[in-house]
Formats: sequence, structure tokens, C-alpha cells
Amino acid sequence: MPEVPIEGVTYREFDGEQRLATRGEPVYGEPTDGEWRLWDARRSKLGATIELGLETGLSAGDGVLYLGAAGGTTVSHVADFAGPTYAVEFAPRPARDLLAAAERRDRLFPLLKDAREPETYAHVVESGLDALVQDVATRGQAEVAVRNRRFLADDGRLVAAIKARSEDVARDPSAVFEDALATLGEAYEVLETARLDPVHADHLAVVARPLSGDG
Amino acid sequence: MTDESDGPTGSPGWFAGLGPGDVDAAADRIREGGAERPADWPTLAVESGFADGREGYDEALKAATTAAARQVIEEREGADDRQLVHAVSAMDDLERVVNELGERLVEWATSRGTDADGPVETARAIAEDPTAGEGDTGGDSVAGKGEDPEAADPADDSDYPRATRDPEAADPAGERLHGLAERVLSLAEERDATRAFVERAAPAVAPNLAALAGPVLAARLIALAGDLESLAKMPAGTVQVLGAEDALFAHLRGDAPSPKHGVIYTHEYVRNTVRGERGSAARALAGKLAIAARVDHYSGDRRPELDRELEAMGNARIPGTGSGVRAMGNARIPGTGSGVMAMRAGPTGVTGTGGDADA
Repeated sequence: MPEVPIEGVTYREFDGEQRLATRGEPVYGEPTDGEWRLWDARRSKLGATIELGLETGLSAGDGVLYLGAAGGTTVSHVADFAGPTYAVEFAPRPARDLLAAAERRDRLFPLLKDAREPETYAHVVESGLDALVQDVATRGQAEVAVRNRRFLADDGRLVAAIKARSEDVARDPSAVFEDALATLGEAYEVLETARLDPVHADHLAVVARPLSGDG
Repeated sequence: MTDESDGPTGSPGWFAGLGPGDVDAAADRIREGGAERPADWPTLAVESGFADGREGYDEALKAATTAAARQVIEEREGADDRQLVHAVSAMDDLERVVNELGERLVEWATSRGTDADGPVETARAIAEDPTAGEGDTGGDSVAGKGEDPEAADPADDSDYPRATRDPEAADPAGERLHGLAERVLSLAEERDATRAFVERAAPAVAPNLAALAGPVLAARLIALAGDLESLAKMPAGTVQVLGAEDALFAHLRGDAPSPKHGVIYTHEYVRNTVRGERGSAARALAGKLAIAARVDHYSGDRRPELDRELEAMGNARIPGTGSGVRAMGNARIPGTGSGVMAMRAGPTGVTGTGGDADA
């Protein structure tokens, strides 16, 4: 098993298998090993991205803006190793679970906002963040990343999972990804991409850094 | 103080002017406020004296964001599935009562020579007949000769002189007919208002299901299942026959063929499919609706790809049930990549004739 280059994230043995884990309060009934809890890459696109060995640039204590926090599964793992973590989710039903996940994490801040409208939370989320993690299932995912560039430090990182089917069910995913990367190019330099298939079908993981100047 | 809590473009941070203990005010600010650009809010907050350090700031931010999130969740879930179930049941009860009383009204009005178009039209004509109200505008009574000028308020007789009206017109039966018409009319109005509520609430409760099924059918399915969670846990085959329980149990006793559809029959996709194919149309639709209900219950976010899949199956979507609007244009959307269902919907799908030629 390769070392995970993120302090606070490591491989542990669960059921005889080496699996990703972080240290924190369990939130959704995941298996634990001492104070480590399993971070299931099959449920988490960021987890899968890390397992694939992409250089996410994430590190312990980072300030993170997480767009599309849903029920808080992945963002709870991020908050385990990161610093202040702003979790944006729009739908009220999963947000209930997000609240529960955030409850025991002092620096995980839930925001019921639309990630397409960063003006509605720019008065809360601080500037100069180290990472923008994005997993939103709306059309225009690349545009969302571009609009939220303003929260990132110049040496920060965008770690996004682009879901082809959210853009267009009928089109070939590769074509959808090409368009998305072109849009991202307005504000980011794409460093690395990888398809998350078969664990997350028709998803593209993207790591990018902001272009200098402001997005 | 305000200066120090301003961001680079002059918009203040969420904490501007507040104390660390003002959780409610801070929650309001988080919900309603905004800024064009972010700033180093933690530092600004400490400089402005809002917090005495990053830890204190985080603590205040945590309390405020949690309170704000809780409020938004509660508000948006105000239209919860239980309320929707009650509303759609009330809507159906109102419909039934309006029809029953309306029929009686029409029968009664006809006996007095009124030309009746339909129950509600008749009720409106009688109830709003100006000759029956207080103002004698001389308008033609649609309800005809049976109308009594004093019918609107029996008490009028005692304390209101009506020298200008014909005393011969006193007509107790007309008064009652008028009273009945008013009740039917207000029940019909309540039914419409309840339907409007259902149409607003269903997309909030179950966005995907409401988009696929139409808000009223979505609400009925939730009501038949009991709540959204129960519906989400049902296999598609059960969703398919929800509302056809009598037929289903008759079938299980061995007396009858299996029902092909329950309330989902009201969906254009089933109703406008020729008879011989309705069973498979119902099965396909039920599959999509079951998935939509699960997404709505377990995730809650909108998945436009679900409707596109249904469109690809040859769906004619309509805003409500039983509206009679035929979305003919949608009926033959080329089934890009949708496989079997598109093939089936092509030749046999929505034609708008409702004919049984193939049967």
C-alpha cells in the first residue's frame, strides 16, 4: 500500500484489507479500528481520488471549502485532518445528516447555501483557503469551481469530482469532461485528472491550481 | 468597528456589529447576508474585538452556522411529507363532497328551470347572482326565475325594509338553494386552494418524484404509501399497483387477473398508451418513480437526469394529473440511448387518441 501523503490520513487494516482511514468520531456507522475510522472510497469520490494516488495537495490543518457536502460523509473525514472546514450543501434532507456529522467537529461549519452563488456565503467563508473540494451534482459543475475560485489562496488547490451525468446524460462522458476542463481553464491550471471508474462511474477527478490573478 | 469588520469591497462580515453571544442575530446574518468577495474574516473579527482569538471566532462561527442551518432545514422541511399527505387526502375529500353536493345542487336548480352547465358553474351562477345579493344591479339571473332577492340573508327580512322588492318573491326554497350553492362554491374554492398547496409543497418534499409524476400524483403516491420513507422502501412492483389494492387482493384470492396499474394510471405515460401496452408502460413508469422516491428520501437533491430518462422513454409529462393537457411534442422525443423502452414507446406510445384499436 502506498503511503498517503496527507498527515492524518492513512491505510489501516479493516477485515483483512488495507483501507483508507481518518481519526475522528464515527458518524455514519462506519467500521472503526481504535480511534481510526474507515473512509470508504466506494462512498467517497475524494477518498477514491486519494486512493488513486493523485497529488491532491491536501495537508493537515488546511482551510477547506467543501462544496456539495451532502450528508457529510466525506466532509467529516476532511474535517478529521483539516483545519477550518466550510461545508456547503443546499438540499435540506441530507443537511440534517450533515448537521449531525458536524456536531462533534468544532471546526466543521455547515452552510445551507447554493454553491452556484458564492456571494451568499462570501461574508462567512474566509479568503485564502488552502483547498476547494467540490462534489456537486448540478449542471455547470466547472462553472461552480470557477465562481468559487475567489476563496482559494493563490497556491491553493481545487480537488473536484466532475459527474458527467449531471451535465448531460446522453452525451459521451469524455466529451462532457473535455468541455468541463475547458471551462475550468478560465480560472485554473489543471494539474492532474483521472477517471474514477469503475468505483464511481462516469466521474472525473480533477486537481487544479488557480491561475494567478483573481478568478 | 464597522470599518474593521468590512471586507475588501466594503461588505461587512457576518459578525459586524455583533457580540460573540448574539447567536440568533448572527444566524440571521449568515442566512440573509452576503458579500461579493471573501476576506480574512477571522483576523478582521479579532481586530474588531468580536473575538479574542481564532478559537473564540471558530466557536462563535460554529454556533451561528449550526443555528442558521437548523433554521433553514426546519423552514424548508415545513412542507413535510405528513402535511402533504393530509393535504392531498383533504383535497380528495373536498373533491368528493363538491361532486356530491354539486350533483344535488344541479338537480335542484334544474327543477327550478335553471340551465346547469356543471356543479361548480351552477353554484357560482346561483351564489353570485346579484339579484340574490344585497345590491340590486338588475343583472340577468343566470340561475333563472327561482332566485330570491332576499335569499342571501334570511335575517334581512326583519331589519331591512325592502319596499322596492316584490314581496311575492319570498321563496324559502330559493333561500336554501342559494345557501347550498354558496357552500358548494366555497368548498370548491377550498379544494382549489388545497390543490395549489399540494402543487407547491410536493416539489419541496419530493423534488424528483414531483417532477416525474406531477405534484398531485406524487402526493397521492406518498399518501398511499403512508409517507415518503415507506414509498422509498417499496419495490417498483408495489408502486405500480398502489391504489389498486382491491384488484390486487382479488387477484391474490385467485378471482381476478393481476392489476396492471394503480393511481399511476393517471399519468399520461400510462393513460395515453394503448390498452395492450399499458401494463408494460405502467411497469416502466413505476420503476422510474420508485427510483425518484428513493433519491428524494435518501438524498433530497434534484437529479434532472431522471426526468430526461423518462422523457427518453417516450414520456408525455404534464404539470398535474388529470389536467387533460397532452404534451404531444414530448411523446416522441428520440430515445437517445434509452434502449428498450424507447423502442416500445415509439410505435405504441402516446398517440393522444386513447383508442383501443390494437386491443
